[in-house]
Amino acid sequence: MRLNFGLLAALLVAMLGSLMAGRTWVPFDHWLSGDLQSLIVMELRLPRAFVGAIVGASLGMAGAAMQGYLRNPLADPGLFGVSSSAALGAVVSLYFGFAVSAWLLPIFALAGAGLGMAALAILAGRSGSLILFTLAGVTLSSLTGALTSLLISLAPTPFASSEIVTWLMGALMDRSWDDVRIALPVSAVGMGALLWAARYLDALTLGDAAARSMGVNMARLQWLIVIGVGLTVGSSVAVAGIIGFVGLVVPHLVRPLVGHEPSALLIPSALTGALLVVLADCLVRILPSTSEVRLGIAMACLGTPFFMMLLFNMRREVA
Amino acid sequence: MALRFDHLALTLRGRPVLCDVSGGFPRASVTVILGANGAGKSTLLSCLAALRTPDSGMVTLDGRPLLAIPAMERARQIGLLPQQADIHWDINVRALVALGRLSHHGRWGRSAADEAAIAEAMEQTDCARFADRKAQRLSGGEQARVLLARVLAGKPDWVLADEPLANLDPAHQLDAMACFRAAATAGAGVVLVLHDLTQAARIADHLIVMKEGGIIASGTAADVLTPAVLEVAYGVRVHIGQDETGAPVITPIARVG
Repeated sequence: MRLNFGLLAALLVAMLGSLMAGRTWVPFDHWLSGDLQSLIVMELRLPRAFVGAIVGASLGMAGAAMQGYLRNPLADPGLFGVSSSAALGAVVSLYFGFAVSAWLLPIFALAGAGLGMAALAILAGRSGSLILFTLAGVTLSSLTGALTSLLISLAPTPFASSEIVTWLMGALMDRSWDDVRIALPVSAVGMGALLWAARYLDALTLGDAAARSMGVNMARLQWLIVIGVGLTVGSSVAVAGIIGFVGLVVPHLVRPLVGHEPSALLIPSALTGALLVVLADCLVRILPSTSEVRLGIAMACLGTPFFMMLLFNMRREVA
Repeated sequence: MALRFDHLALTLRGRPVLCDVSGGFPRASVTVILGANGAGKSTLLSCLAALRTPDSGMVTLDGRPLLAIPAMERARQIGLLPQQADIHWDINVRALVALGRLSHHGRWGRSAADEAAIAEAMEQTDCARFADRKAQRLSGGEQARVLLARVLAGKPDWVLADEPLANLDPAHQLDAMACFRAAATAGAGVVLVLHDLTQAARIADHLIVMKEGGIIASGTAADVLTPAVLEVAYGVRVHIGQDETGAPVITPIARVG
């Protein structure tokens, strides 16, 4: 509980700080004044901070739930293919030039995520088998990845293909309250499903047979995971593109702080993910570069060395 | 009323593993299932725990079909200690034992009764002194006791354990047997799959001997643990002696045929 409050406080401070980050300095007394400068804060930076927090929280919690479900610390929300099917949906809308309305691209991405979830459910069936489920996810992810590459290579103009490639790298540039309105409810439902599954994840710590004998319905758990991971990841791809590494790294950061129990990991992972994405997004905004560094790239650049350090520590423990 | 199985049959990958077996387990006693590897003991146990659905036949708990009982309610009544000792995350012993209360408490945390049951189970299995250590870093024998404590913490009416003595040194084997006996004295029906014939003879109130998916003998130790039955069950000749208290000591001597 203490940890959650600490993380929440840090997140609020980071979000407040992110209102100050950017090319233009807006003095505090202008924030609520209603002039042009206040628009920068209230209509650009504030929704952007919210979108960042929603995306980070979604990915952090989805990663923690995936690792708990697969009982594998290497699992990443991307593994189920939901993020790549959401990306495929978004790319379809970009390819056909549908991205004229602020709503269309995210809607297409969510539709992609929904189709991906349905495909997973059909492929894995009602067995509740982990192996079938993981293989279905990997297959789905490579198929949708290939279709995305196909669309890039067939793009009518070099401009269209570069637009797709840039979008895929993930960013929070120019997000509006519309994006918050899309991502927040979808992601909240997904997180609800994951929290509902929390204690079943704890039971899985003792393996499949023990968990089932403890009253866990594996087929129902699989549904909760598909819905939870699908909606959280789908909504985050819809509004921010693909941002890797958060889902993989964040649970590792949090695990030692909560005694390694999968259920205790979910909320702190969401808060840490949100904090990390908001901070990284501040960083890309204040870096002195000609065009803004894409958040997805920045995340990987920051996350990888950090993860390497973690591996280094783990290696010491294994030895 | 009891845990009963009637006319169970199950074929897995074309091989019949249970062939029309029937029987039952009374409360407040220990039943041991014996038989060679592949005789169907673990399969029977997993049907009793509702992990497998038989092709035909039915398991009933106090007259109710087992599969008709909601999973969480079933989990409060039947505790299973699987053969495979999986501990996937680096959780501490207390948290692991607390998982045994999962089907008792709601989503919003444990009650005082839950905490008392957890403490009691750790005391019973002699785990309390390493309650705050990481379960993964314990020795195999210590882990086995912690996993047993998890089952006992649920205070199930039925304790099913698949080879619970594997991995335990002689002293802890005796401790584990004492735990199972204590659970039976407290009113639980205990069902154990064992390979150690001497331990089986000492703890069992009732034995079931399986071979090739069928039950070839059942009854008390004196009825069942005879050279003739064991020769059929395992294909070995045994020596049955007595220790100074008069309890049987059963030693396999040689393969037969």
